[in-house]
Amino acid sequence: MPFVMPDLGPVMPEIVMTCLALAILMADLLIKRKETVAFLSILSIGAVAYTLPGTMGTTFNGMFVSDGYSMFFKLIFILNVILTILISVKYIAVERVNFGEYYSLILFSTLGMMIMASAGDLIVLYLGLELMALSTYILAGFIRYDRKSNEAAMKYFLLGAFASAFLLYGTAMIYGLTGTTDLKAISAYIAGNGLASSPALMLSMVMFAVAFSFKIAAVPFHMWAPDAYEGAPTSITAFMSVGPKAAAFAVLGRVFLTAFGTVKIEWAPILIPIAILTMGVGNIVALSQTNIKRMLAYSSIAHAGYMLLGIIAGTNDGMASVLNYMLIYAFMNMGAFAVVIMLRSEGFKGDNITDYQGLAKTHPLAAALMLVFMFSLTGIPPTAGFMGKFYLFVSAIEAGYTWLVIIAVIFSAISAYFYLRIVMLMYMKEPKESVQLTTSPAIGLALAITVAAVLFIGVLPSVFINFARLAVAAF
Amino acid sequence: MIMNNTGFPILSTLIFLPIVGAIMLLFVNRSQEGSVKRISLLVSIANFIISIPLFTNFNKATHFMQFGEKHEWIPHLNINYILGIDGISVLFVLLSTLITVLSVLVSWNSIKTKVKEFYISILILEGAMIGVFCSLDFMLFYIFWEAMLIPMYLLIGVWGGPNRIYAAVKFFLYTLIGSVLMLVGIIVLYFTAGNTFNILELMTKTYPYQLQMWLFWAFFSAFAVKVPMFPVHTWLPDAHTEAPTAGSVILAAVLIKMGAYGFLRFSLPLFPQASMAMTPVMMTLSVIAIIYGAVICLGQTDLKRLIAYSSVSHMGFVTLGIFALNVQGMEGGILQMINHGIVTGALFLSVGIIYDRTHTRQIADYGGVASVMPVYATAFMVFTLASIGLPATNGFIGEFLIILGGFKANQLAGVLAATGIIIGAGYMLLLYQRVFFMQTNQKVLGLKDMDGREILTLLPLVVLIFWIGIYPNAFLGFMHESVRHLLERVNTAGIQDVAAAKNVIEILK
Repeated sequence: MPFVMPDLGPVMPEIVMTCLALAILMADLLIKRKETVAFLSILSIGAVAYTLPGTMGTTFNGMFVSDGYSMFFKLIFILNVILTILISVKYIAVERVNFGEYYSLILFSTLGMMIMASAGDLIVLYLGLELMALSTYILAGFIRYDRKSNEAAMKYFLLGAFASAFLLYGTAMIYGLTGTTDLKAISAYIAGNGLASSPALMLSMVMFAVAFSFKIAAVPFHMWAPDAYEGAPTSITAFMSVGPKAAAFAVLGRVFLTAFGTVKIEWAPILIPIAILTMGVGNIVALSQTNIKRMLAYSSIAHAGYMLLGIIAGTNDGMASVLNYMLIYAFMNMGAFAVVIMLRSEGFKGDNITDYQGLAKTHPLAAALMLVFMFSLTGIPPTAGFMGKFYLFVSAIEAGYTWLVIIAVIFSAISAYFYLRIVMLMYMKEPKESVQLTTSPAIGLALAITVAAVLFIGVLPSVFINFARLAVAAF
Repeated sequence: MIMNNTGFPILSTLIFLPIVGAIMLLFVNRSQEGSVKRISLLVSIANFIISIPLFTNFNKATHFMQFGEKHEWIPHLNINYILGIDGISVLFVLLSTLITVLSVLVSWNSIKTKVKEFYISILILEGAMIGVFCSLDFMLFYIFWEAMLIPMYLLIGVWGGPNRIYAAVKFFLYTLIGSVLMLVGIIVLYFTAGNTFNILELMTKTYPYQLQMWLFWAFFSAFAVKVPMFPVHTWLPDAHTEAPTAGSVILAAVLIKMGAYGFLRFSLPLFPQASMAMTPVMMTLSVIAIIYGAVICLGQTDLKRLIAYSSVSHMGFVTLGIFALNVQGMEGGILQMINHGIVTGALFLSVGIIYDRTHTRQIADYGGVASVMPVYATAFMVFTLASIGLPATNGFIGEFLIILGGFKANQLAGVLAATGIIIGAGYMLLLYQRVFFMQTNQKVLGLKDMDGREILTLLPLVVLIFWIGIYPNAFLGFMHESVRHLLERVNTAGIQDVAAAKNVIEILK
């Protein structure tokens, strides 16, 4: 059989990303000013984004799929990485971990996510996931002299390794059952051979559910998240709370709706209790947090719970609402972290909730921005958070899960308490001590982008909803 | 059907002018408090003037929606930007624009910190309030309904009294939990009715009885908290008491009307059978609220808290009137909402005026105020009598109609509600006696009487009290057609009228 060069078109963004990330790694040796490295990284992302359109197609015998769905997720990753770099520039200098590997690791991690989003095969999925995870483990422990950061990396690594093992078990079992790792072929095999009620299939679905639940930090596999989020450098916490979560949702959706799409009735009962627990534990434990990074960690757990509703709905609208929510979540969460990061200054950690006391008096603009992000995370109109939740709930109710939505809205009302506590401290208390903000043009830009997006999507969401629907149309 | 009798997007202007004003304020320098105040006053007066054509150009001979506007918003989910008002909502829009002007005036000197943020909140709140009363798309309605929480939360929590944070959080959580359950109801309704949020279209359909029941209670959770009905009224005394004067006024005059408005606009016409079936429950809760609220008032020592509890009692009258499901009751209920907005708004304004001088709300700290502030005492007397429901004031007309309607629907309810009026006279007169007569308290000696700004704040309300009291038809006339139409829909359980309504929808398209 002659060797046929596979079509490299669909995989072009990943190739470009690999080359440029390596180039950034090299450039770091030559460039002293790390701000330049950050700038070059953003340029590289720009180049990757430039190659994205027109890459639709399937290559490597269906192992790599570039479709609307992966495209949408890649845009989220690109957005995530750009915002992360913008909020990092000044911050990592303050933390005195201004090393160039930082940027190339972020790029490698993003590359892993992009591969995950495009995986049409379980092996490719695993490759992408490991590339993403390994880079992120290092980033979580990037503040070498800080024990908490070490702890974060260690916990994240150990539990992440567990998750990978579960994923491999699931893959192995599926391979044993169907003789393939190709998602479409698995689906066809299950349908063609009446495997629907096979216990082995059930077991492998449980394995996948567990593995992905680790990655999206769903309860009861969320234990690593609060410690990892608290200890990691804040910029990386922001990065982790959006990117890897989005990537895990991308593969969760792809595996469960493509490979196991025909046996939805079997896996929905696995995901439903996970979703309820995730919303419940996330929101309730967040109530008692005193550290803002931990609070946002639990909040991010809770948001994964809402998004699971869209997967459980299992419809095109359900998937579109997950995509839409992920994008909105990227904006509002990044925005919130950008404010958190500004409070960190030389000799002041600024990650305690009480540090926000009286912020409206000392820094009215920062407080007003935080107010918008907090209301958006709560899901109060006219912010994007409301529109995202609304679309999720609509699609879940359409699929017949009204009772699940009732649980979700009640937890979402409970969440108002801890988000509003930040607003309350900022606006209704007198400042304790004067908090210095570490500002830079880059972080200003990040805040401008996120707040504009949160308000714009909140008022005119139809562009984004249509975009998300188009993305899943050919799913 | 939607008609626009002006050809000018008057309702959109009313909603967005204050919001644009708030955005303008963002760019005013923080230290220029004078211009911040002047801009907000200008914007709110402009909005009031723009709303006057609603009063003068309103076609009273039809129940159709007027001053309508329709634009596509989120086409994929069939969510549209539809505005329009009928005889039920028109007066509330006018009330909102008027009350906002008065709130800006009364806050002129009493708000000293974060002035810019205060007026931004007030203006955004005005836009959202008007939006609630004008929306004819359920999603649009819900967005305004919830968006209102943000500025109100800040108003109570930032500029309120000593216990403000507790009150603000309680207010927010109570209303939010009620509202999110309604949101689920709205989405269920959307799918049942065939993917539409258009209220007029939703009203042309009939829904299975079981579903009506579920949805009635889902909506009840949102509306009852806002009204507030017994037993979910407990946020109100705290919120009213702790809020700054302007906040209390807006809360009392407009915000709590939205609950009752919700019953009228949504619960009754959408779920007629469930509403009929639930009448006994609703009337019982209303009567409990009337008597319970009034009795609690007798024991209050805090001026604002007393007026807050009297709101519970008065709103009990309103819900009683609405669920009497006859013309007298319903028209009385709507009129009483306006009355309560005017009178309680006026009482809170008056309390704010004296609070600015003495900085105490305790009744025991007053006494003999009539001798030092005669003009103020006269105005307060008018509001007290209107609150009691003395003939020739607006309170009489509203309460009389409600008791008439209540009596027709259920004699016992009518009788019990009437006792509420007697207790009401008791606590209000007692309040007046303790504050204005009796021995002059040291603390009120030498207080200045009201200045021009303050008189100007109260004057429109005094005029309205007598206007409605002496010639109620000027206001009742707005609602006759709409109420008749609504009752027709409820009492035929929404079965007839559907064919006719379908034609209307055709015309609309």
